[in-house]
Amino acid sequence: MAERFQLFFKHFAEYGGYKNILLGLRNTLVIAVCGLIIGIVIGTLIACVQLAGKRNKAAKVFSVAGEVYTAIFRGTPIIVQLLIFHYIIFSGTGINSLLEAVIVFGLNSGAYVAEIMRGGIASVDAGQLEAGRTLGLSYTTSMIKIVFPQAIKNVIPTLGNELIALTKDTSVAGYVATMDLNAAFTAIAGATYDFMVPYIMLALVYLVLVAAMTVLIKLTERRLKKSDKK
Amino acid sequence: MTKNKKHKFIKTQVTPVEPYDPSAMLEAQNLIKKFGDLNVLNGINEKIYAGEKIAIIGPSGSGKSTFLRCLNVLEDPTDGYVFFNGNNLCDLAVDINIQRRKMGMVYQQFNLFNNMTVLKNITLAPVHIGLSDLKKIKFKNAGARFLNLFRKNKKPLIPVEKTAKQIKAEAEENAMRLLKRIGLEDKANVYPSTLSGGQRQRIAIVRALAMNPEVMLFDEPTSALDPEMVGEVLNLIKELADDGMTMVIVTHEMSFAREVATRVLFMDEGKILEEGAPENIFNSPQNPRLKEFLSKVL
Repeated sequence: MAERFQLFFKHFAEYGGYKNILLGLRNTLVIAVCGLIIGIVIGTLIACVQLAGKRNKAAKVFSVAGEVYTAIFRGTPIIVQLLIFHYIIFSGTGINSLLEAVIVFGLNSGAYVAEIMRGGIASVDAGQLEAGRTLGLSYTTSMIKIVFPQAIKNVIPTLGNELIALTKDTSVAGYVATMDLNAAFTAIAGATYDFMVPYIMLALVYLVLVAAMTVLIKLTERRLKKSDKK
Repeated sequence: MTKNKKHKFIKTQVTPVEPYDPSAMLEAQNLIKKFGDLNVLNGINEKIYAGEKIAIIGPSGSGKSTFLRCLNVLEDPTDGYVFFNGNNLCDLAVDINIQRRKMGMVYQQFNLFNNMTVLKNITLAPVHIGLSDLKKIKFKNAGARFLNLFRKNKKPLIPVEKTAKQIKAEAEENAMRLLKRIGLEDKANVYPSTLSGGQRQRIAIVRALAMNPEVMLFDEPTSALDPEMVGEVLNLIKELADDGMTMVIVTHEMSFAREVATRVLFMDEGKILEEGAPENIFNSPQNPRLKEFLSKVL
């Protein structure tokens, strides 16, 4: 047993395995965080368009487009999306594989975030919007000043969930030659012909990563909950 | 009515526009509201004059609240018109947001903004509207100033009366004055979730008052309150009535209606079945449905 650990640490320290792992850690975080940011932008856009589609016939077209988008990206596995983008859409463009992964994860996350945002807006009592309207504020102003701030508060825990799910999903980015955490540890496993230690270590690294994110999400939530107590 | 714009209406309107009564503040003409197959309002004609205090009574599901919500077009009427100071509120050429500023509304569920302090709740609309008007004036002035460079007869600029700071300070001062009036000035910086129902409802009333409305619409203002807190809210409404505010109140508090109202409307099945002075309605009801209703609630 001890020899297996020694072998792992030898590859980790002496043969430069740590470089790959640090790079993988960076890439994993970059893909997850940037993916979520792109996802939030796309998701918010889709949710807003769907809201507009209810009131405006012209916006209905975009609203349907948003639904189709959600159906496609939620309906297919992320690995398939990665492969399609890698071998078909981006093939021959020579695009950086990290950027490619960020784009695909962002597009995928957008579909989920759109539903989260829609739910968040729906969770705000309709009376809040009505009260804004009867004070003579326009629909848009009431939404921006009254409904969205409350929706964001309701959405934070679910968005945190999305970030965690995304972090773990990045383990498939290795399929398109991105050096993520999974790929870094697999490289060591392949070099040492020992799979137990590297993969248990990999699991621990993900666990610590997710635990840290959970703490961050809790802190954010507590800050935003201010107006519920006080 | 606004200029000679081509009129677009919310829904296909069948009824021809009768001339509105210029002496009435609010006028509903043949108001019909359907939710799917359900007819909630079956042709209501009503005129409300400045200074009147109208109480609307009736059984649940009789369309009282819907009628009130149609008065400021929170519900689009299926057919019929609402006139407010001669503006047809069902006409899309009329800016409903500007008209609504003069109609305060108070809800059963208070609907205070949960994400803002009490003070911010009250000042939100006055400050926002003041600032956006200021922005519009500045924008227009900038355009006029530019065009004046090429004009022989210089056009005068619109005078800017208040700066943004003054607008904010004034709104806050006004809000504090109103809060002092209801004895809640120490609650200015707390969030609504920490207040009791009675306090919330009084702040909701004050929030509507901060816009200096010409008419106040109350949608069952005391129905969601503990019995203990009903009094403080009714007292505030009574005070407003004594100050001469025009108001329309949907209520189940019969004694309050009798005391405050100058006119009582009895509604059932989407129609006004009887109306008149409170003494007549409560002491000598004519309509059999009203008699039955009063025998149950009094």
